[in-house]
Amino acid sequence: MMHGLINHSFQQYMCDSYGKDAWLKVAARAGVSPPTFEPMLTYEDAITPTVLDAMALLLRRTRSEVMEDIGAYLVSHPNTEAVRRLLRFGGMNFEDFLHSLDDLPDRARMAVADLHLPAIELYGHDGGRYSLICDSPTPGFGHLMMGILRVMADDYGALALLELENSANGREIVQIQLIQSDFTDGRAFDLGGRSA
Amino acid sequence: MNGRPDPKVLDVLCPMHLMLDAQGVIIHAGPTTQKLHPEMPLVGISFLEAFTILRPRGIATMDGLFGVRNIKLHLELKGSRPVRLKGVLVSGGQGTAIVNLSFGITILDSVRDYALTNADFAATDLAIEMLYLVEANAAAMEASRKLNLRLQGAKTVAEEQAYTDTLTGLRNRRALDQTLERLLAANARFAVMHIDLDYFKAVNDTLGHAAGDHVLQVVATAMLEETRTSDTVARVGGDEFTVILPDVGDIGILHRIGRRIIERIETPVPFNGQICEISASIGTVWIQGGNNQTRKQVMEDADIALYASKSEGRARQTFYTPEMRQSANSVAPPSGRSDREA
Repeated sequence: MMHGLINHSFQQYMCDSYGKDAWLKVAARAGVSPPTFEPMLTYEDAITPTVLDAMALLLRRTRSEVMEDIGAYLVSHPNTEAVRRLLRFGGMNFEDFLHSLDDLPDRARMAVADLHLPAIELYGHDGGRYSLICDSPTPGFGHLMMGILRVMADDYGALALLELENSANGREIVQIQLIQSDFTDGRAFDLGGRSA
Repeated sequence: MNGRPDPKVLDVLCPMHLMLDAQGVIIHAGPTTQKLHPEMPLVGISFLEAFTILRPRGIATMDGLFGVRNIKLHLELKGSRPVRLKGVLVSGGQGTAIVNLSFGITILDSVRDYALTNADFAATDLAIEMLYLVEANAAAMEASRKLNLRLQGAKTVAEEQAYTDTLTGLRNRRALDQTLERLLAANARFAVMHIDLDYFKAVNDTLGHAAGDHVLQVVATAMLEETRTSDTVARVGGDEFTVILPDVGDIGILHRIGRRIIERIETPVPFNGQICEISASIGTVWIQGGNNQTRKQVMEDADIALYASKSEGRARQTFYTPEMRQSANSVAPPSGRSDREA
């Protein structure tokens, strides 16, 4: 079962970026009735790709583009500030943060016991290069991670190049080239400055 | 222990520590400890000047302090914003001591008050994970709370709908039954008015159902206006209504309300250029409480009284009396009301 938090975040993305009417069109096309996802309930897995496809169709963009945009939305929009803050707990700099991604599914489960995020694995190579292997039953998750990483690099003030590769066995790999970890000051993060 | 531990090592392993000399004067403060005391450097101050020892109780001297080695201490760091801390004192060799400190439950406030960052905690410290959890938990709880509020709202709406007659917005039979049961269970004193429209079938037949529905809505409004908000007005059949009036101490009130309801219902209702004219018959039961009556009995009594109003020429209110039941039984028991309007 897909956790409502994930589906709800897609709904929130549509509402915040394109308006409630746009979301209602997506919901109608995808057969989401009533047209809302409750973040604390679970839903059939099949509805998630259907919603994503309906969003891509309405926005006239590819599903990959939409996924990357959702990733960026999740860590930059004021309505999802909690996500950005929770991710920032992962490390003091971008490199630290990248390493914390291995723990991301466990961290998510610590917060919400039945929230299962797709498995991700980080591999470090020489010269500031990293590979983030995303293993998700929902294709496009790698693009979503790429959107998140782009914004988080800015957030930490790091300069990094990102590229997505599809491996032979169908997994998505985000290739990361960290050029400078203190390129700018980035955004402030107070440990004690809870947004809520 | 051979020699004194290296402060640089301690700064990394436990950034919230203090080193004391044999007299109990602070000779080194870990970087985070110092951050909690921004007013002045801790080094050079006596430990007992900087801290209050809350537990174990009664420790006021350095000898006393050195006597509680290796056990948990509850301390308060004095200052403009005192911080409660946990600590443990160990021997630092050569008569010196090391005190290591930790926030415990005050961590949330302290992190905010002193703008602490990841760097202020030891790399092995679970503080950051704890802060993460607190924040994640708050977010999850907030989501759950909102869900509960939405569900509660939906439940209220659903209940409201389940107790409402959709055409008139009055209560329905289910709501009426519940109210009746409640009043009977409480042995309350109340009245039940059973109201049946006269000549309504004629309106429906000659002017159509739209006219009939309109008349029902006008009648419903009139009944609400002629009763108190504490009364329950329900539509219990096509053109049948029941009003429950709690706390009626005087039969005169019932006479007046009944008369006004009939007057209001007899006011001609224009509809699409036509005039709809109806009236109403009422059967009323006044329950004094303490009779152990059942809902079925009460409704039957009201029915009998209504039947009496009908047979005496309509457009009137009749109060139920037990004698009525005998005559009704012997002459013409009230049956279904489908033939009433004939």
